[in-house]
Amino acid sequence: MSAVAVERLTKVYKGTVAVDGISFRLAPGTITGLLGGNGAGKTTTIAMIMGLVTPTAGRVTVLGADMPKERYRVLHRMNFESPYVDMPMRLTVRQNLSVFAQLYGVSDIGGRIASLASDLALDEFLDRPNGKLSAGQKTRVSLAKALLNHPEVLLLDEPTASLDPDTADWVRTKIRRYCVEHQTTVLLASHNMTEVERMCERVIIMKKGKIEDDDTPYALLERYGWHTMEEVFLDVVRGRTAEHAP
Amino acid sequence: MTDMLNVAGTTAGFSFSRVSAMVRRYWYLLRSSWPRILDLIYWPTVQMLMWGFLQLYVSQNSGFFAQASSVFIGAVLLWDILFRGQLGFSISFLEEMYARNLGNIMMSPLRPTEFITALMIMSVVRLSIGMIPVSFLAITFFGFNLWGLGLALVAFSINLLLTSWAIGIFVAGLLLRNGLGAESMAWTIMFLFLPLTCVYYPVTVLPFWLQWVAWALPPTYVFEGMRALLIAHVFRADLMVEAFAFNIVLFVAASLAFIKLLESARVQGSLVQSGE
Repeated sequence: MSAVAVERLTKVYKGTVAVDGISFRLAPGTITGLLGGNGAGKTTTIAMIMGLVTPTAGRVTVLGADMPKERYRVLHRMNFESPYVDMPMRLTVRQNLSVFAQLYGVSDIGGRIASLASDLALDEFLDRPNGKLSAGQKTRVSLAKALLNHPEVLLLDEPTASLDPDTADWVRTKIRRYCVEHQTTVLLASHNMTEVERMCERVIIMKKGKIEDDDTPYALLERYGWHTMEEVFLDVVRGRTAEHAP
Repeated sequence: MTDMLNVAGTTAGFSFSRVSAMVRRYWYLLRSSWPRILDLIYWPTVQMLMWGFLQLYVSQNSGFFAQASSVFIGAVLLWDILFRGQLGFSISFLEEMYARNLGNIMMSPLRPTEFITALMIMSVVRLSIGMIPVSFLAITFFGFNLWGLGLALVAFSINLLLTSWAIGIFVAGLLLRNGLGAESMAWTIMFLFLPLTCVYYPVTVLPFWLQWVAWALPPTYVFEGMRALLIAHVFRADLMVEAFAFNIVLFVAASLAFIKLLESARVQGSLVQSGE
């Protein structure tokens, strides 16, 4: 069974087609990148998978549950991280994590926070208010929140946006290692080609709400005849097909 | 993996553990910010003092008010239960929007009924922080003992809180659907009730056709009941029962509106963009 199944998924906002009949399946324990420019439909697709947005047509199932209708069957088995949401600024990191751990039904809350603090180097600022953290520290805290419940499905929307290259690299390594160790199914939406190339075993490229290409990074590089995913991406968004590649 | 999870707590229809997590979240916020606590006490105190001194002046110059010297101050305190009850509910909800935390909340296993229960609990907590000190100030300054109303106070408070929660639920639905563009509703919607529920005057003062509107609103029965108690020294249980019946209707209507607005927010994608 697929961890996530998307079938002919469509979303129309007041006459504008944001997602246009896309289909894909994510096998359990795989890391898939969702690439696309601004307005390609990545965030809307992720929001429909999370059950935050109702599709206009088509179907999404996560761990066998129909989204958004049956979302409460599976929400405790999934999690997400996005730069579009924050955690309360006045609460300390520990308070925030403990509130979310309780919401997700984590039984050993203190132990889980301690373990994540050690893995993600949060110890030094666990008792500092979230609002007083740097962008890199906030991202690590958001990641800790996303991993609190040992999610089987993890949705990451631009997980390293606004981070310096060193911190972004550190975060990517942590996510990759965690997901491989725990066999977590990951869908990662990103603008960052290096990130996708490094972390993902499969890449879905979206443009204007449609899937333009879907393959392994290696196969895409081969087919388009380029050395980096950035060059492949530029070909796709500018409408050049693999046949016209150098 | 599943042994890390308290499965009963996460899959059950309604989880008190998740409700307590949300109450804890709001409590942490409240205790971390003294201006937020001060704000709960400041305005009810100003209101009570202003109306109390006005009443003192009028009662010294009017036979009627000399007989019913505590009507104004009783009205202002009960009005604050209604107004602050709704505000306590709505502000806790708005805090999630200000903090851009709504996505985290909506994506968590927390159900809307649990979220609303937590907001109702916080409404009582915030109301208590504001009203308990003010009620003692009313005794000190004007000799008006709100607690002396006894069981009547319980009946008044339950009915006023039910109305405030119903309005709070409706406003939360509007905020989910329309984002912070609907924020002003949270602050002002209750003022529509101020003239119509006859807080400071009897229903008979209104034009006849408007009396029908007034009697369709549960707080009207409470304020009429308060006047009956303070002026005629009669507890009108019939008015409390009628208020309760209207409150049930209002609460169900607000809950249905909330469900519809939440569904509409999912269709419109408002939960992803909960800004302006």
